[in-house]
Amino acid sequence: MEFKFFYHFGKYVLMLKGMFTKPENIRMYWKEFMQQCNDIGVGSTGIVFIISLFMGGVTTLQTAYQLVSPIIPKATIAQVVRDTIILEFAPTLTCVILAGVVGSKIASELGNMRVSEQIDAQEIMGINTKGYLLAPKILAALLTIPCLVMIAGFLGIWGGKMAGQLAGIISSEEFTQGLRQEFKAYNVFFALSKSVTFAFIISSVPAYYGYNVQGGALEIGKAGTTAVVVSCVLILFADYALTAILL
Amino acid sequence: MIELLNIKKGFGDKEILKDVTATMAAGKINLIIGSSGSGKTVLMKCIVGLIEVDSGKVLYSGQDFTAMDNHQRKEIRKEIGMLFQGSALFDSMTVEQNVMFPLDMFSSERLRDKKKRVQEVLDRVNLNEAGKKFPAEISGGMKKRVGIARAIVLNPKYLFCDEPNSGLDPQTSLVIDKLIKELTVEYNITTVMNTHDMNTVMESGDHIVYMFEGKKQWEGNNEEIIFSKDKRLNDFIFASEFLQDAKEMRQMEVFKDKNWRDKLKASNDQLDADREEKR
Repeated sequence: MEFKFFYHFGKYVLMLKGMFTKPENIRMYWKEFMQQCNDIGVGSTGIVFIISLFMGGVTTLQTAYQLVSPIIPKATIAQVVRDTIILEFAPTLTCVILAGVVGSKIASELGNMRVSEQIDAQEIMGINTKGYLLAPKILAALLTIPCLVMIAGFLGIWGGKMAGQLAGIISSEEFTQGLRQEFKAYNVFFALSKSVTFAFIISSVPAYYGYNVQGGALEIGKAGTTAVVVSCVLILFADYALTAILL
Repeated sequence: MIELLNIKKGFGDKEILKDVTATMAAGKINLIIGSSGSGKTVLMKCIVGLIEVDSGKVLYSGQDFTAMDNHQRKEIRKEIGMLFQGSALFDSMTVEQNVMFPLDMFSSERLRDKKKRVQEVLDRVNLNEAGKKFPAEISGGMKKRVGIARAIVLNPKYLFCDEPNSGLDPQTSLVIDKLIKELTVEYNITTVMNTHDMNTVMESGDHIVYMFEGKKQWEGNNEEIIFSKDKRLNDFIFASEFLQDAKEMRQMEVFKDKNWRDKLKASNDQLDADREEKR
């Protein structure tokens, strides 16, 4: 198999560079941006709700299962759940799921537009399609995905608290006490830094694959799959790199 | 006027356009004809800049389009309307919104004026009642008409049509041909059309460029094409048995007369009159 890393990387950078031109009509760009905020942000809220609640619940149960020593206070469970969710689960797990949900949507939407010549039609009109179609998607992801990650964090912790209470592992007071113990605001900054980086990957990589589709329905499907796989791998790489640098 | 000077284009090792030089006459319907794979679509995409040429020039009213940067090209593109083979309508928008899109993007007119203009062009293409429908809800012929309406809404100087009759029945094809012909005259547009529909060639070909294996094989008009001696062109236009008969017919003296259509009609009328008289 031919390995074309530099070809794709160069083309990807040129695509990003091509987005920065003066908009033809700022109101139309704003409208498109708001539409994308709705599609990417509001459209993904449901799945983020479900994932984070269960993620928090399972984390509490598994932490309690492993902390069996009587000398460890129960509040520690909440502390571990809080840090695990803020540092890793809320940003990384949510973004991996969003790579599937949002990434495949972006890639297939742009791919379909490319194959049915809708992108060409806009080019002919004199529109910078990279600026009009890609930039609002990337900016909307950069704005909404960190918000979704914050929601995921809150819901995850709340889900953990509820699961602890329902299973009779930890009381509400103990959980709240644990949440306050040795809380570092820097961890939230770290989570947000990760979510912004992941948001960029989730939106720009599928945009690249979708925008450059050549062929028909089969290629659109392939582009969607490749976009999700590459985004997930890049998220994991970026996760490791940011953890090594920032923590 | 659009001039093509020594256009060359290849993909990988394969040369698609081989030194094509042609002129598209202003205010006329210019047809690019040829069999599938002859380079018609690539040539059209090179003219509008969707594909970059390897060498050669495309001149719009004397301005070298190929040497322009994106900003300069934008200005030329505002004068271009294009109808795509698959219509290329935005599926998330209604017919009205599709036609309104170029106005929203480039016009500073008030909403009321824009709506009026959209209604005007939809009326012009006989689609006044389909405005609220989505592309998925209308027929192929209607999609083409919406594509035409969207292409002319900004009063373009140049209209490009990539196989406007593909996938349409003969009757609808004639409607589309007639519409394009009327609009070309009405708006004084320079129209460039890609086609292999012989009806279009005979009805609308003010100026015809015949492409064969990436080269310009023949150039002329719809009167000249019938009497052309170019073997490849003849093989292309008289491909069917029915048209072979027509080919033999054209050898007859009567068809060498430029007014053969009128004479043929007069002769048919005379025959009908004679039959009536006998009865």
